[in-house]
Amino acid sequence: MVSTAGKSKPTPLFDQADWDFDTLRRTFDAIEEVSRTDLELDVYPNQIEIISSEQMLDAYSSIGMPLMYHHWSFGKHFLGHERLYRKGARGLAYEIVINSDPCISYCLEENTMPLQALVMAHAAFGHNHFFKSNHLFQQWTDAEGILDYLEYARRFIAGCEEKHGADEVESLLDAAHALMSFGVFRHRRPRQLSLREAEEQRQERLAAAEKNVHYLWNTILDRPNGQQNADAALQERKREMQLPEENLLYFLELYSPILESWQREILRIVRNVGQYFYPQKQTKVMNEGCACFVHYYILNKLHAEGRLTDGAMLEILHSHSNVLTQPGFDDPRFSGINPYALGFAMMQDIKRVCEEPTEEDREWFPDIAGSRDWRNVLKHAWANFRDESFIQQFLSPTVMRRFRMFAIGDEASASFCTVTGIHNDHGYRHLRDVLARNNDLSNQEPEIQIVDADLLGDRCLHLQSVRRDGVSLDVDSKEATLRYVERLWGYKVELKEVNSST
Amino acid sequence: MAHFVDRRLNPKDKSLSNRRRFLKRVRSQIKRAVEDAVRERGIADVGRGKNVSVPTEGIAEPSFRQARDSGRREQVFTGNKTFQEGDKIEKPQQGGSGGAGKQGSPDGEGEDDFLFALSREEFLDFFFDDLELPDLIKQSLKEITKTYPRRAGYSSTGSPANINVARTMRNSLGRRIGLRRPKDKETLNLLRKILLLEQVSVPTQEQRQELLALRARRDEIMKRRRVVAYIDPLDVRYNYFEQQPQPNTNAVMFCLMDVSASMGEREKDLAKRFFMLLHLFLNRRYEKTDIVFIRHTHDASEVDEETFFYSPQTGGTVVSTALVMMKDVIEDRYPPSEWNIYAAQASDGENFSGDSSRCAQLLNEDLMRICQYFAYVEIVDEDEAQLINSEASGMELWEAYRQVTETWPNFARKRVSKAADIYPVFRELFAKDHAGKSHG
Repeated sequence: MVSTAGKSKPTPLFDQADWDFDTLRRTFDAIEEVSRTDLELDVYPNQIEIISSEQMLDAYSSIGMPLMYHHWSFGKHFLGHERLYRKGARGLAYEIVINSDPCISYCLEENTMPLQALVMAHAAFGHNHFFKSNHLFQQWTDAEGILDYLEYARRFIAGCEEKHGADEVESLLDAAHALMSFGVFRHRRPRQLSLREAEEQRQERLAAAEKNVHYLWNTILDRPNGQQNADAALQERKREMQLPEENLLYFLELYSPILESWQREILRIVRNVGQYFYPQKQTKVMNEGCACFVHYYILNKLHAEGRLTDGAMLEILHSHSNVLTQPGFDDPRFSGINPYALGFAMMQDIKRVCEEPTEEDREWFPDIAGSRDWRNVLKHAWANFRDESFIQQFLSPTVMRRFRMFAIGDEASASFCTVTGIHNDHGYRHLRDVLARNNDLSNQEPEIQIVDADLLGDRCLHLQSVRRDGVSLDVDSKEATLRYVERLWGYKVELKEVNSST
Repeated sequence: MAHFVDRRLNPKDKSLSNRRRFLKRVRSQIKRAVEDAVRERGIADVGRGKNVSVPTEGIAEPSFRQARDSGRREQVFTGNKTFQEGDKIEKPQQGGSGGAGKQGSPDGEGEDDFLFALSREEFLDFFFDDLELPDLIKQSLKEITKTYPRRAGYSSTGSPANINVARTMRNSLGRRIGLRRPKDKETLNLLRKILLLEQVSVPTQEQRQELLALRARRDEIMKRRRVVAYIDPLDVRYNYFEQQPQPNTNAVMFCLMDVSASMGEREKDLAKRFFMLLHLFLNRRYEKTDIVFIRHTHDASEVDEETFFYSPQTGGTVVSTALVMMKDVIEDRYPPSEWNIYAAQASDGENFSGDSSRCAQLLNEDLMRICQYFAYVEIVDEDEAQLINSEASGMELWEAYRQVTETWPNFARKRVSKAADIYPVFRELFAKDHAGKSHG
């Protein structure tokens, strides 16, 4: 009621630090109005849940999901976080937001009212819009079904524990978790065969099998010799199992000779959870940038309209700049580039380029400089890019100068590092390339494929890891992980590291 | 329009089960840490929670990762001040993580032990794992005289102080409705009407008749109201209290120690640990635990903890004085009907010749009857321990106590020779089957 009257005669939405549900609702409506009429964001319906700090710790430890199956590793994370939190070494997140439909945001009860406003604008609109519009999320995640699926997963796994023993399930989950980041499809989703296609394929396979065993074929004289035969068999296996396969869990789920069906189902669950988080890993900068940009814009606008008091705005800005600090490399707090800071700075800069471009901007961004239509430029970016491509496309010299970026090349065998580029005319493009590569998930994780598995022969599973830039696998963790793969495969597993051809 | 949900009242220990699973997984490591803590800590703070550090093996979550010390990599940093393209930067001596700045090791390489806090409860649970006190239930529980009143419904008799007004008024109301007692309002209306009619100076015939009718009605109502009382003794209910026997929640622990010259630092230290463990256990079992420190040479005295452990004293050794002192203190301050009495005695086994049989007699005749448990440890030298490892041989006191052991299942004696013995001894003393024996 107050909020509708606000237009003509601005009344602050709240003037105290304490919140109650009426104030929350009123503030939410005001934020929503700006997001709808001004930014024209497209969001899932919102569900905002107020939780206590204890519950926030709970949510932390089960990778941010409201429900999750039970596993000791979540308990480990809980204890780790709890210790830091109790010591005061680390604060809690103000919010956690879940990519689901409706979009669930958890807000901490200890937040003050200005913080709740910040958190709602940030999570319920910023992240929410990004989840709904970004193509990676659309392609890979199923916002509508995720909560149901997790509920199913939890019940299924609990059922398995009852039936097959908690230890059995635990050791399987250990192994599956070790391969979680190698349980995602990176480039394609396997097409579900239609029933008719499946039937046709089965017929084909039958026919081929029949052909193979027909005794008449044995009489043909010019049979290929042994080597060729082996090659042919390998080719045949590769074709049949669609090798090479980079989704290790998927392959094990499908072809492992020793797993029972409930175990395969658990692998599938772990794989699906991993897949669900795959887009988030690739869009840290954009996702946080988008959320920060949105909360900053909306709250500033509310403040300009007189609906946030100066005091509230100061508190919001204080938290805002705390989160968005980018310490320099020589600062003890430095721990890499802060995705919040980078994303926010780039998006603010896009807005600036659209509205007040300089000569340099016109040269770098001819298509958007001065177009004034920053809303659509940003929305286009949010929808169609991921971190790596977003940086490649939109990182401007202005931002590089502001962060005073420089790139360092490090050869493991050399005794020194080399500065390969700094924020000057000569270095901009190089910096941008390097930063884009730094944010490319496929550069941060090893590239591992299954190349062969002779199910009828020695059943040895052959993995291959490609060394990019000579970076090999960490030996200890490699051995430990291989043991897990053996646990799932049941037979020998070999991993070969090869140098990349490029 | 958003949907707001208040989840704060939801049960909060959602990850309790995950936490338990984790603790189970690192059980053996935690147990080791707990045992270490017990050895190191003082008697007062042994019951605190503990930060436990667990080696990462067993709880590592390995995955395929890139090695940090191989190949070529390039990375963007912020906050350049003086670097120019082509500058060469010397690498720090250890580790080849490129450039400058703090780089956490998110990949677990070189990760320190995993550190977390064990709550007090969890700490003690590990500490007392599958351990039971013998005779936890006090022998005399059945004859316990101490009771406290507990509400047990209502009664129709009782003292006025216990009247239950709500119950009484409910009964009264029900009875009034049931017996159609005229209501106050009705009566008032009638009286008012009568008053109005009486005020008419020249009443008509009708009015006069009406007045008569009303008066008759009034008399009838008043009579009925008198007959059907507002509150009848039948209505009255009293809160009823039952006397419930209350289990004893107080324990007193007697620490008896020989402080004569033959007890050196080492012996006292061992004794301290022994007392500490017993105290901890009692502290957990009972709401309130008192400790009485009795030290003795040829004479016994009650002292505070500091004096008990650290103040030197010289003299002979007459063990029975301590037992007499204990008996006096019990008679004086700790009536066995209200206190669970535990005693722990530490000595090097030496005693004034002839006194040992008196000790046995004191125990047999007086103390063992009223003690829940009496534990005796004889602290011996390590080389000595190897010589006399059989229960059979020993000094006079040990021999005398053997007979007590045979008579009383709640008496235990053990020899310890080094710090590492303490905990196993403790376990042995309070092992479950022991408790079973004493019950059976």
